[in-house]
Amino acid sequence: MSNNASQNDYYILETLDISKHFGGVSAVDGLSISIPRRGVTSIVGPNGSGKSTLINLLSGTLPLDDGIVVIDGQRLRTIHAYETPDHSITRTFQEVRLFDQISVLDNILVVLTTRKFWSAVFERTSRQHRARAQEILEQVGMWEKKDSLAMDLSYGQRKLLEIGRAMALNVNIYLLDEPFAGLFPQMLERVKVLLKDLRDQGRTIIFVSHNMEIVREMADHLIVLDGGKLLLAGEVEDVLNQPEVISAYLGT
Amino acid sequence: MNENLPGWQRLTGILRDPREALTLSRGNIELWANLLIILCALVFMLLKGATFAVTLTTVFGIWAMLSISLNLVVGYTGLLSVGHIGFFGLGAYTVAILTSTTSYENLRTGEIPTFGWPFFAALPVAALVAGLVALLVGIAFNRFRDDIYVLVSFGFAIISFNVFLNLRVLTRGAFGIHDVARPQIGSWVFDTELELMLVSLVLLAIVIGISWFIVSSSFGRVLKAIREDEQVAEVFGYHVTHYKLAVWVISAMMTGLAGGMFSSWTTFIDPNSFILLESILLVSIVILGGLATIWGSLLGALAFVLLEEGMRFLPFLPQEYVGQARQVVLGVLLVVLMVFRPQGLVGRFKL
Repeated sequence: MSNNASQNDYYILETLDISKHFGGVSAVDGLSISIPRRGVTSIVGPNGSGKSTLINLLSGTLPLDDGIVVIDGQRLRTIHAYETPDHSITRTFQEVRLFDQISVLDNILVVLTTRKFWSAVFERTSRQHRARAQEILEQVGMWEKKDSLAMDLSYGQRKLLEIGRAMALNVNIYLLDEPFAGLFPQMLERVKVLLKDLRDQGRTIIFVSHNMEIVREMADHLIVLDGGKLLLAGEVEDVLNQPEVISAYLGT
Repeated sequence: MNENLPGWQRLTGILRDPREALTLSRGNIELWANLLIILCALVFMLLKGATFAVTLTTVFGIWAMLSISLNLVVGYTGLLSVGHIGFFGLGAYTVAILTSTTSYENLRTGEIPTFGWPFFAALPVAALVAGLVALLVGIAFNRFRDDIYVLVSFGFAIISFNVFLNLRVLTRGAFGIHDVARPQIGSWVFDTELELMLVSLVLLAIVIGISWFIVSSSFGRVLKAIREDEQVAEVFGYHVTHYKLAVWVISAMMTGLAGGMFSSWTTFIDPNSFILLESILLVSIVILGGLATIWGSLLGALAFVLLEEGMRFLPFLPQEYVGQARQVVLGVLLVVLMVFRPQGLVGRFKL
């Protein structure tokens, strides 16, 4: 790697020339980006620019066709989804994916319990697990709903619970695919507060969004994708003032 | 009063205020279903006498073992398997082959040796054989899910039936195996119906114990998460294939145990006991009782055994039609239940 040590330390997540093809279509095409440690990075771009595919690749939800991902100095050619917590990565999905037919509480508890295969058979839900789950559910304002099935929640509550479930994992890198989409203003504020809390704890948040106002308010860094390629990257204000960005996407 | 409490917990509320019993809440329906089936069983047993009641309980024990084991796979993990009859057969044949003492002359292979093991030595082997086959099959099955899973497990049921029918060196084909040993400890042979019922119930207790231990653990919660969304469970750090494989093998082993019990109870088995239809009936019991609930599986098995044995005594039904009528009634019952209560008698979940 050409990066020197200080740069390595500055970036928590880098991709080197990663690609993903679906049939003949390149969803992500030789993309190299670097995401600074700590703070909030937003990924924007028009529909089909590869934002969600990028999140899927980084979280191991889709296999890489080509290229290398560097997570915290560790170079990886393949990322298995079940290893992402070990790499201190977790994610949310564009269309909320909860464990629908189990309770809200169980949705959090399942993230807290042991990953060791055999110990899991002998592990019962401990007081610490419950306390931590209560803490998280109170944070996302869902403690009163703890016994209802996740499928019975409203869209906004589901969105919040999914963020809560990701928070329960206690990792350094959060990949959030459109965390603000379709939310009522009140819920929107709640999500903003949650993300700011995470940021203030020194974690790295990467989120995809279409709402430029929220990006301007929340993000420190901005990555603009187009057609699976990197268009621009940098500090939010710098990027947003570039004429090509303004004309191409933000012209209104 | 919380109307969504599961059936039994409603009972205390009703005792306090009998008017509550008349509301048509979910808990009440479950409670009445529970009570009705158990009441039917008791009345039926009383009417038909002690011997019959004992036999009925033995059969119930075997079906309950099967449905609880299958519920681990279908209800908790969401893998709809119609191939469990294969493991049931494997268990039954293992016990039969190892314990039978009747020699058998095969035209092509000459005399087939007998082993003459005691029942309690053969039973663990039956579970192990079923588990081992499940391990190999499961590794192949793990890449499938949902509708494809039904198809591949269907394939397994067909293959295992044909193995039982055609691997004559071991299974003696359509002739079946006679003189399967009865359970025996020292000089105490369990050959009365009452003693067999005891063994059946003890085995059932073991199966319930293991299943309960699994589903009430963190492991059980992961299984439910896998049922809901395999990919997300993976993103949260669970090696999903291992969990699926483990529960599949455990379920198959307990099914093998039930097979061994069945084989010793009837003392004669042939491939016709292990046809695909039995497997489908088994899935029906699990769905009828309720997915992802051990109590539901017990209730489903009880209802099924009542229906199966009870119809034999309907005065207007000629004996030769009982078998067919049974399936018609069960089919109609299942359709009615799926229309009005797709989650089964006491379940909360749908496939």
